[in-house]
Amino acid sequence: MCYVASMIDDDHSAPLLRVRGITKSFAGVQALQGVDLDVRAAEVHCVLGQNGAGKSTLIKVLSGVHHPDGGVIRWQGDEVTIAHPVAALGMGIATMYQELDVVDGLTIAENIFLGHERAAGGVLKVAEANRAARELLVRLGHGNLSPSTEVGRLSAANKQIVSMARALSHDTKLIIMDEPSAVLDSEEVRNLFRVIRELTAQGVAVVYISHRLEEIRQIGDRITVIKDGRSMAVGLSAQDTPTAELITLMTGRAVANVFPDRVPVPADAPVLIDITGLGLRGQFADVSLSVRAGEIVGLAGLVGSGRSEILETIYGARKATAGQVTVTGSRLTAGSVRAAVHAGIGLAPEERKSQGLILDEQVYRNVTLATFARFARGGFLDERRERQVSLEQMNALELRPADPDRATRTLSGGNQQKVLLARWLVHGTKVLLLDEPTRGVDVGARAEIYALIRRLAAAGTAIILVSSEIEEVIGLADRVLVIGDGEVLSTTDADAIDERGVLDLVMKGAAT
Amino acid sequence: MSEQNEAVTAGDQTQPPSGVGQKSVGQNRPSVFRRILSGSVGRNLGLVIALVLLGIVGTITAGDRFASVDNLLTIIRFASIIGVISIGLTFVITAGGIDLSVGSVMGLSTVVASLAAVQAAATQSSWILMVLIPLGVGLAAGLVNGIVIAYGNVVAFMATLAMLVAARGLAELISGRRTQIVIETGFLQFTRSDVIGVPLLIWIFLIVAVLAWFLLNRTTFGRRTVAIGGNREATRLAGIRVKRHLVYVYLLSGLTAGIAGIMMLGRTTAGTSTHGGLYELDAIAAVVVGGTLLIGGRGTIVGTVLGVLIFSTLTNVFTQNNLDTSVQQITKGLIIVIAVLLQQRFASRGPSGT
Ligand SMILES: Nc1ncnc2c1ncn2[C@@H]1O[C@H](COP(=O)(O)OP(=O)(O)OP(=O)(O)O)[C@@H](O)[C@H]1O
Ligand SMILES: [Mg+2]
Repeated sequence: MCYVASMIDDDHSAPLLRVRGITKSFAGVQALQGVDLDVRAAEVHCVLGQNGAGKSTLIKVLSGVHHPDGGVIRWQGDEVTIAHPVAALGMGIATMYQELDVVDGLTIAENIFLGHERAAGGVLKVAEANRAARELLVRLGHGNLSPSTEVGRLSAANKQIVSMARALSHDTKLIIMDEPSAVLDSEEVRNLFRVIRELTAQGVAVVYISHRLEEIRQIGDRITVIKDGRSMAVGLSAQDTPTAELITLMTGRAVANVFPDRVPVPADAPVLIDITGLGLRGQFADVSLSVRAGEIVGLAGLVGSGRSEILETIYGARKATAGQVTVTGSRLTAGSVRAAVHAGIGLAPEERKSQGLILDEQVYRNVTLATFARFARGGFLDERRERQVSLEQMNALELRPADPDRATRTLSGGNQQKVLLARWLVHGTKVLLLDEPTRGVDVGARAEIYALIRRLAAAGTAIILVSSEIEEVIGLADRVLVIGDGEVLSTTDADAIDERGVLDLVMKGAAT
Repeated sequence: MSEQNEAVTAGDQTQPPSGVGQKSVGQNRPSVFRRILSGSVGRNLGLVIALVLLGIVGTITAGDRFASVDNLLTIIRFASIIGVISIGLTFVITAGGIDLSVGSVMGLSTVVASLAAVQAAATQSSWILMVLIPLGVGLAAGLVNGIVIAYGNVVAFMATLAMLVAARGLAELISGRRTQIVIETGFLQFTRSDVIGVPLLIWIFLIVAVLAWFLLNRTTFGRRTVAIGGNREATRLAGIRVKRHLVYVYLLSGLTAGIAGIMMLGRTTAGTSTHGGLYELDAIAAVVVGGTLLIGGRGTIVGTVLGVLIFSTLTNVFTQNNLDTSVQQITKGLIIVIAVLLQQRFASRGPSGT
């Protein structure tokens, strides 16, 4: 750790933000045990670390949500205590939280100016707020969104845009972004980077958190790595530090290449799921696809192209208006999740917070949410068995901390995602539908999850995978379907196509 | 960033599972006490303390008049009818719903069961008829509530408010706003009987509470109820038939209203449309003071029972001391606010998200 000291000493220009030795614990969990961070004006400072390393906790300390137990925060040279979020905003620190924090019932404009409404004597100036909101949206490349749209009707990606617009609506010197790209597709990430460059050109500093190393390379200036609540390296160069070194700093070990080898699907493998002419009026049409045991089929496309809707319709969460789904020979009732689950289909949905997890429940209850009735005897729960089975899956997925009784809310984002995966591993699921399975999951765990998905396939599961990361679709799937605007644009073997090729198809689809 | 730090973390890494295990064991060890505290006793500790305090106040102010076996039985008997209603309501609230119709459905069930024609039929066949009819009325109302809410997508507050008004109106209509005296002796004998010195009403309360505790905490039905209240969409996507389950939950609430109707008929020996007026508010207060989250996702039968007992003890203390009922109302209001404030402290959830 020798470069840590040297980096700090080399740092002659007084940083905008200087954090030393921050500690913070929650009921028994030492989340931060001494974190240092220096952020200079006009730089993009990336914070890297595994799930549960303490990144979100650190930024919540900086945004006034949590109060640190110890340590010093200097802001523009002065020692400060950040008492609450409003104080942080007053100082010029705006934050986009990891979990979307918009109010569904309010309009886009109302969300953007929540807490600092445009008003005169208590009377809202709606037109002015809408105008200002539109300006912000245009600046973010989303002039197509109407400021008076209710946020609850937006996709996750668009909610993220609103959250970003809100951060920009304050006069800020530092914007903290906690995994903003997790819900964005490649096009929107590019958009985000354009905005970030604009901001830094105006002298605003950005703290950027992401598990995608290639993004750090593209946008970052310097990197701070956090592991187990400690900063392992402060102010590394985002351009020159080798990936292997970053991974070792983050995980304490070397992680071999992420994608597992493909296992050829035997020619006589049975078709487990057969989808013919599936359609949902106004969303997508005529999707036909069959997946054999052991096969992974990836759906690539832009956010909003209808991929999630296709998965949800296969699963019965939306009622198909055309076509049919057959699992191992028997036809499923359209619009019945129960029939799908019964037939052996599992879905890990895209939005884990609103669609996947009961955040206030214990972890094991989330893991067994789809299966507790199978463990029960005569309607009576077998909680011991549930705990035991959950713990097995938690260990298999290296879910940390491996405590089935913990409230799911207190897990880090990536570990929450693992809970969701664990749910469908408890009982042999024949067909697994994965919607963004590695959103918010760190490099180490990502490799584990990829290996796990491959292992499941090798054991005879049919898998349909949706991901905004084209690299992930190509790296993991045997076959790639490119979806554009509710249509299947192409079906190709993953070997026969590369990232560029998929991107071209996606763009062509978007253009037509 | 010393060498030492690195050594520690490196050590952690070589054996991640054991490192993790140690952490959680370390967390759990001093927690035998903590476990108890965070278990059902601890979560209800505040309520138990409140109840004990009320008991002390009662004993000091009213002496033996308060602290006698007879009076204690009176308190519990007084609590039993609202208690049974509150227990059914606990399920509804835990599932993220509300049932405002419980009191008026109970009233309706007493009216239907005490109709002259029904009583005559009961005398001819069996008094059991007068037990079955209130149950049927409660179930019917619960079924309507459940279907309108789950399949009609009507907000529970409005649907059950409509049921409250309609059931009250129906009860007035069929009784002609008259009080109908119960003369069926078999039924009266049954409902006014004692078992080992304890009145039947108390037994019913006890049995319903125990069964409900099992149902909520130990069965798939209970798990589904909590899950739906915690996150309806996630529960649906896990393959649970949420709508159907919600119908069951409202049926249960209707059933307990019907049971309360039988108890009311027995205690007052009369059926009238005014029975159960404002019971819904007392029941909601008891449930929420007991610690069930009004937004759903967490429910406690023990808490509800304690909540009901606190209110009935309070009433008893006031009556024993011949105090004004208005003062009693004010105290009740205070207790509700204080209890809810305390609950939030105890059950304080961490800040949301990671
Ligand atoms: N409110 C809380 N109560 C208890 N423990 C918490 C709370 N918030 C965070 N933790 C714990 O603190 C640790 C750090 O969590 P944090 O969310 O900061 O991780 P992270 O680095 O942001 O992870 P991710 O990449 O998954 O988002 C974790 O062990 C987490 O379980
Ligand atoms: Mg985080």
